[in-house]
Amino acid sequence: MILRLVFARVVDLVFVLFCVSVIVFLMIRLIPGDAVAIMLGANTEITPERMAELRARVGLDKPIVVQYAHWIGPALTGDFGRSLWTGRPVIDEIVVHVWPTVQLTFLALLLGAGLAVPAGCLMARLRGRFADVAMRIVTVIGLTVPNFWLGIVMILMLATLAPTIQALGYVPFAQDPAGHVGRLMLPAAALALPILAHLSRLLRSAMLDELQQDYIRTARAKGIAESAVVYVHALRNALIPFVTSVGILTGYLLGGAIVIEQVFAIPGLGRLILGAISERNYPLLQATILLVTSGFVTVNFIVDLLYMAIDPRVRA
Amino acid sequence: MKKLARNKLLVFATAIVVLQLLVAALAPLVAPYDPVAQNVLARLRGPSTGYWLGTDQFGRDVLSRVIHGARTSLAVSVAAVAAALVMGGALGLLAAYYRGWLERIVMRVMDVLFAFPVLLLAIGVVAVLGPRASSAAIAIAIVYTPIFARLLRGPALVICESDYVVAARAIGAADWRIIFVHILPNLMSVVLVQTSLLLSAAILVEASLSFLGLGTQPPTPSLGLMLSEGRNFLMISPWSAVFAGAAILLLAFGLNLLGDVLRDTLDPRLRGSP
Repeated sequence: MILRLVFARVVDLVFVLFCVSVIVFLMIRLIPGDAVAIMLGANTEITPERMAELRARVGLDKPIVVQYAHWIGPALTGDFGRSLWTGRPVIDEIVVHVWPTVQLTFLALLLGAGLAVPAGCLMARLRGRFADVAMRIVTVIGLTVPNFWLGIVMILMLATLAPTIQALGYVPFAQDPAGHVGRLMLPAAALALPILAHLSRLLRSAMLDELQQDYIRTARAKGIAESAVVYVHALRNALIPFVTSVGILTGYLLGGAIVIEQVFAIPGLGRLILGAISERNYPLLQATILLVTSGFVTVNFIVDLLYMAIDPRVRA
Repeated sequence: MKKLARNKLLVFATAIVVLQLLVAALAPLVAPYDPVAQNVLARLRGPSTGYWLGTDQFGRDVLSRVIHGARTSLAVSVAAVAAALVMGGALGLLAAYYRGWLERIVMRVMDVLFAFPVLLLAIGVVAVLGPRASSAAIAIAIVYTPIFARLLRGPALVICESDYVVAARAIGAADWRIIFVHILPNLMSVVLVQTSLLLSAAILVEASLSFLGLGTQPPTPSLGLMLSEGRNFLMISPWSAVFAGAAILLLAFGLNLLGDVLRDTLDPRLRGSP
């Protein structure tokens, strides 16, 4: 039974990934202007013979289905072709830039989700008219604060309060572990705030729901300490919707990271994507969008499986 | 008592949103200066009586630019969300009403679009169309279409099963009549709430795209663009960046709070949910 469910999800996953790859492939084909003319660039004279030669070399003279097959086949083995400008394999450029973004996303998720648990529990205990209104306003502010602006304000405050601390840039972990984590903290915090607001609110309402359930009354009747009732019995079940949200929030974080990297001068995927757009480096852009989206889809797939593992009701 | 507090909050949120819409609509009348007029003698000034929010690196009035920038932001976001509502709403409604293969195909396509991280898909669309305010609007519309389709299909399915729709069918009402007269009016509360919430999110996406240089282009005043330009002069004069960001926050905050409070007021089933 479970195996059949898992199998169905895997089929779903493969289908979605296939469709995503088709969309990413077609997206670049839709760009107005001829990619070949752009590739030839301004420094070479564009003659029809040259265009035809290059077209044949890149395979642009073949039917579109063949072109797709030629693109996706090697891509499955990690070969996304070469960057139009540097001539290096696209995958190498992505590998260099992917770590800062993944670390940033992960750290922000850790911060946001980690702090949301105590914050949500605390918020569930505060009830009443004034507390409800205050918490609502605070969480809505948290949800709507532009994270890139928050980043800028943080840099400004740090520069004023502690001018000696270097907040911008990125240091590889191997070079300076403390500096590495330290410099990722501010951007991660800016990125995490909306998640913290979202998750703590979600947890609060889930906790309030759970605390009204019969099993809580039973636990209390058995004489279990109130703190154990709240933090062990109620929290465990209240965390279920929390886990599902984490998957969806990864998508938000990946997008947010692209922007926040620009604020903090972090050489991650954001810089790669923006560079690829301004250079019209389409193989690189295609590969980056495909890989990031595949990563996001896979995270959600794993969350789905986790969800089945922790909530037996889904398996029924 | 609780209800009263909620209504006060509703009044508060509505007031913020209406005020912002008014200021944006009347921008040319409200703004004290021309948003692109440069005054090189008064560059990078702090707030003063002449320039309430200071001036930027070209000596342009920050307040006037914030007001006109909010107008641009709202114009792009409203157009995009309206288009997404019409497309997504139509797809969701048709899927719920006709069911069968139409529903399967439509929802499958929506699922695939849903698989992309929002901002990444928007960036991809802008990469195809070229960096422009109109591209940003189209990108946001494409990204939000599947969200509206999903959000409206659920409640529409419930309404399609209800007795009065079955009755309308039984007396031979035309499909379009059932959809427009019987189903659509009953979805208005969901539409109102979600439009408000997604408009708030669209403001942030538009600002992000402009901040990255992929949305509104200079010299048109844009809040995201002000932030990215102001960033270069942060240590000399942070006013342009700080106030532009605060304006984005205020726009998104008002709309989000409105949607949030409306959800509680209009839909008792969702009360208390996040």
